[in-house]
Amino acid sequence: MAVPRFWREIPSRYNLIGTRCGNCNQVHFPPRYLCPNCRRVGKLEPYKLKPRGKVISYTVVHVAAEGFEDQVPYVLAIVELEDGPRITAQVTDCGPDEVRIGDEVEIVFRRMGQEGEEGVLYYGYKCKKVS
Amino acid sequence: MRDVAIIGVGLTKFGELWDVSFRQMMIEAGARALEDAKIDGKQIDAMYVGNMSAGQFIRQEHISSLIADHAGLVPIPSTRVEGACASGGLALRQAVIAVASGIHDFVVAAGIEKMTDILSGQATGALATAADQEWEVFVGATFPALYALMARRHMYEFGTTEEQMAMVAVKNHQNACLNPCAQYHTKITVDSVLKSPPVTLPLKLLDCSPITDGAACVILAPAEKARKFTDTPILVAGTGQASDSISLHSRASLTSLRAAREAAKMAYKASGIEPKDVDLAEVHDCFTIAEIIAIEDLGFCKKGEGGKVTQEGETAIGGRIPVNTSGGLKGKGHPVGATGIAQAAEIVQQLRGEAGKRQVKGAEIGLTHNVGGSGGTAVVHIFRRGD
Repeated sequence: MAVPRFWREIPSRYNLIGTRCGNCNQVHFPPRYLCPNCRRVGKLEPYKLKPRGKVISYTVVHVAAEGFEDQVPYVLAIVELEDGPRITAQVTDCGPDEVRIGDEVEIVFRRMGQEGEEGVLYYGYKCKKVS
Repeated sequence: MRDVAIIGVGLTKFGELWDVSFRQMMIEAGARALEDAKIDGKQIDAMYVGNMSAGQFIRQEHISSLIADHAGLVPIPSTRVEGACASGGLALRQAVIAVASGIHDFVVAAGIEKMTDILSGQATGALATAADQEWEVFVGATFPALYALMARRHMYEFGTTEEQMAMVAVKNHQNACLNPCAQYHTKITVDSVLKSPPVTLPLKLLDCSPITDGAACVILAPAEKARKFTDTPILVAGTGQASDSISLHSRASLTSLRAAREAAKMAYKASGIEPKDVDLAEVHDCFTIAEIIAIEDLGFCKKGEGGKVTQEGETAIGGRIPVNTSGGLKGKGHPVGATGIAQAAEIVQQLRGEAGKRQVKGAEIGLTHNVGGSGGTAVVHIFRRGD
């Protein structure tokens, strides 16, 4: 991924900054540039989402996406955050057979990948089961 | 608006066509369609070509010009249409609109993808660009992973089983054996699907459609002129298209595609046809779970019962509503941009009574369901015999 493309989204990737519409109060993640409900009368402002949620669905990936080959098998989940939005994220710090729908998770800061031997390190969010 | 008919269809063989180039494939499918329609190329007014990503697969953009040139059809207008794996269906819809509006009379709707000139890992990466690069692919999602997330949730909500999903693949391979164009002419068993290597569980290798080269083409005409070319024109009774969020996680449901439901609603309404009237359907089984969800979204069974009706044989040839008689994406192959057109070609052959060993007896009404990405785009067409 081109460096500026990653850099632009750092607030969201590092700190779960999304948007909230001051008109209808809906929270969005990733951030939006137009409220899909209120459209031009919407008033979007940055909003830091609470790093908690639960697993809506999950899969155990054996054939990895590019750049994730050394992590297989890894668990990928759709997580519904307490603030409402859903995200796709890896479930980390547990075995591939330990995740179930309904599991409570917290969002944690992790290294996601790297650009070659001496290139950029990508950081972002994963989630971790709450015991 | 004018009624629109299909007067000719043509397909290449689907598979790993290492000895055939992109341009050769398109010309082969086009020539077969023109021959089938008994129409001269000089009569063609315009063409629409569905193609997901020649840029990534063969590093060639601007294929609209390339194809018009090599087909000897310059200077007619030629337009490439892109909607990921729904590109072909969208090209068909644009062609239908062009004829229905009266702007053009004889229009080519084509679809093509040349996917095997790059390594399969690169092809998988190219396909993943139909998902949200920033918020799905960046965190490690692949296309099979997104459909696996749907599958796991469908299993959780409705009790759908891995065996039922496997039965979709078994049926579609069985049908593909009866289709000379299909990539696979091999029967598989539920056991072999379940024991195939894990891709992204619960999906295994044999739950997934393959990487395929192929091209397909249909010729459209105003219904009132179609009879000059054929005794069995196939009418496009209804067309529908809808959109949804590109990312799966942004949707309210993981077990139904809203875009597909909306596109179907539009096509059913336009045609006055109801799900119970449909004799057969070609649906977008890029993964086995996708066929189960498709037959629910199209109203062929109750929500949650897609696995059960598959298990009971209702979607087999000879069943209540045969699905993917061509072999579907799973058995026939899935050259992504060509798929939507190839689906229409199968329905045309079936409604004409020319489907050989896989013929559905007395078929009069058929439907195609073509999905882009994990459901961000869907397009549905309904066809009926015009005689």
